[in-house]
Amino acid sequence: MLNGNGKLNGYRGRKPARYSAFDLVRHGIRHGEWPRVWREHDLSPAYDVVIVGAGVHGLATAYYLAVNHSVGRIAVVDRGYVGGGNSGRNTAIVRSNYLTPEGVRFYDRSVDLYEHLSADLNFNVMFSQRGHLTLAHSDASLRTMAWRAEVNKLEGIDSSVIGPEEIKQLVPYLDTSGHTHYPVLGALYHPPGGTIRHDAVNWGYARGADARGVEIHQNTEVLGIDVDGGKVTGVRTNRGRISTPVVVNCTAGHATLLSDMVGVKMPVITHPLQAAVTEPVKIFLDAVVVSGTLHVYVSQTDRGELVFGASTDPYASYSMRGSLEFTEELAGHVLELMPSIGKMRLLRQWSGLCDMTPDFSPIMGATPVEGFLVDVGWGTYGFKAGPVAGETMAELIATGKTPELIAPFELARFAEGRLVGEKGAASVGH
Amino acid sequence: MIRIPCPFCGPRNSNEFAYKGESRRRPDPATATAEEWRAYLYGHDNPEGWVREGWYHRAGCRRYLKVERHTLTNEVRSAEPAVGA
Ligand SMILES: Cc1cc2nc3c(=O)[nH]c(=O)nc-3n(C[C@H](O)[C@H](O)[C@H](O)COP(=O)(O)OP(=O)(O)OC[C@H]3O[C@@H](n4cnc5c(N)ncnc54)[C@H](O)[C@@H]3O)c2cc1C
Ligand SMILES: [Zn+2]
Repeated sequence: MLNGNGKLNGYRGRKPARYSAFDLVRHGIRHGEWPRVWREHDLSPAYDVVIVGAGVHGLATAYYLAVNHSVGRIAVVDRGYVGGGNSGRNTAIVRSNYLTPEGVRFYDRSVDLYEHLSADLNFNVMFSQRGHLTLAHSDASLRTMAWRAEVNKLEGIDSSVIGPEEIKQLVPYLDTSGHTHYPVLGALYHPPGGTIRHDAVNWGYARGADARGVEIHQNTEVLGIDVDGGKVTGVRTNRGRISTPVVVNCTAGHATLLSDMVGVKMPVITHPLQAAVTEPVKIFLDAVVVSGTLHVYVSQTDRGELVFGASTDPYASYSMRGSLEFTEELAGHVLELMPSIGKMRLLRQWSGLCDMTPDFSPIMGATPVEGFLVDVGWGTYGFKAGPVAGETMAELIATGKTPELIAPFELARFAEGRLVGEKGAASVGH
Repeated sequence: MIRIPCPFCGPRNSNEFAYKGESRRRPDPATATAEEWRAYLYGHDNPEGWVREGWYHRAGCRRYLKVERHTLTNEVRSAEPAVGA
């Protein structure tokens, strides 16, 4: 059976050929279907590790488990489809200019992994390090930028505060005249920051994991988790029960619903986050531009669309319906920054469900229930963390030891009052 | 879009209100343990379903309301004054 994406049942046990220029030419001449890049399987009654959520976090964890360790049979289950959650809905900004040393170190490892990811996965993830600017419209935010720049430099990150003239050179279409309600006084400039093709990252990890024996089960919803004597023993799904000693919660906006199944309370609130794109126009915007004060950020895709994002909707919700309030406010604020794009039209808007934590840092690692691990709290900023989270969670699952990079992000930090405050660096510019 | 039937102003769009979050009982600061206090600060039910929560009608009557809302559909079932309740 064929569909637009090649043979439905994939490559039936045979590993897919590596993508190459030769392959491209061969396919071009023969007009052949590209085979599906991961297989479908019957659900087995038992796995050694069950990862819930086939977003970038679940898939990367499975991939690095299979590549760097050997833990037996791994399943990734998702109630929907691969990358159907926030991992296919984000605005794909990657950067490491955070505010705390813990955050900077952690996200920088992810940028390192992203820099080699296309080669690692044999899949072009289109990582474009075009530079990232966070505008300051007041003395107070200039001071925060200076603080961030210094923390960044101490950790070896390319990050500095620049003035309006330099900003104007990088982004000529920005109104830096000073005759605006919120004048541009300066910016935190982070040259290695940029954007990536999020779908390619999801698909690349899925393909890489599949090729190493990981089973990806779409349309498989976890309905309950069995715990016996404080230990995980299995999960119940709409396709039957699976025995497993290890369950990893990578469900983003649904994080508390899953943790509730084992009685683990988590300080997470689910907020919708919306984004929008315009029709495509000739390329005129190189860098990613963020304004915290105006609650907006913008980048231009290689196809020419402007991608806009903002802060989360101001209430908890599991609804992914977009709102007019969002578009109105967004348009007003974008025009304040770039009056010349007033005639452009929005093509579409959409939303995702973000797992917000009190300190804008993730929750990673073990929980009081043995075998129940979490990798959640990714809020509005977790796509960039996919590779490092996958790498470190895989290490934790395989060795039982919490890697140093993620020790600050344990669930226990809330009870112990050790918050890792990243709000100043993550609430608008994701 | 969420529409809140304010008992004082009638049905109004939620962007006139400030969202105050799930209604929770504050432990007595004089006797609460650190754990109880942190559970109050950071613990949320975050259900997918009906919640009771606070909204403040800042661009309207400036009263605090107790609202029942479904978090999947955003349907609002009731809104009443929070004070005295
Ligand atoms: C509009 C928007 C813009 C963003 N912009 C950026 C950005 O520029 N940069 C950045 O770094 N981050 C950004 N983010 C955040 C980023 O997208 C997320 O933090 C990240 O994708 C989370 O990945 P994940 O794998 O944890 O979750 P997801 O990709 O959401 O995957 C979770 C999966 O769990 C599945 N699931 C849930 N419940 C169950 C269940 N019971 N059983 C089985 N499966 C279940 C879901 O179907 C879903 O596929 C943005 C988010 C949004 C919404
Ligand atoms: Zn009112």
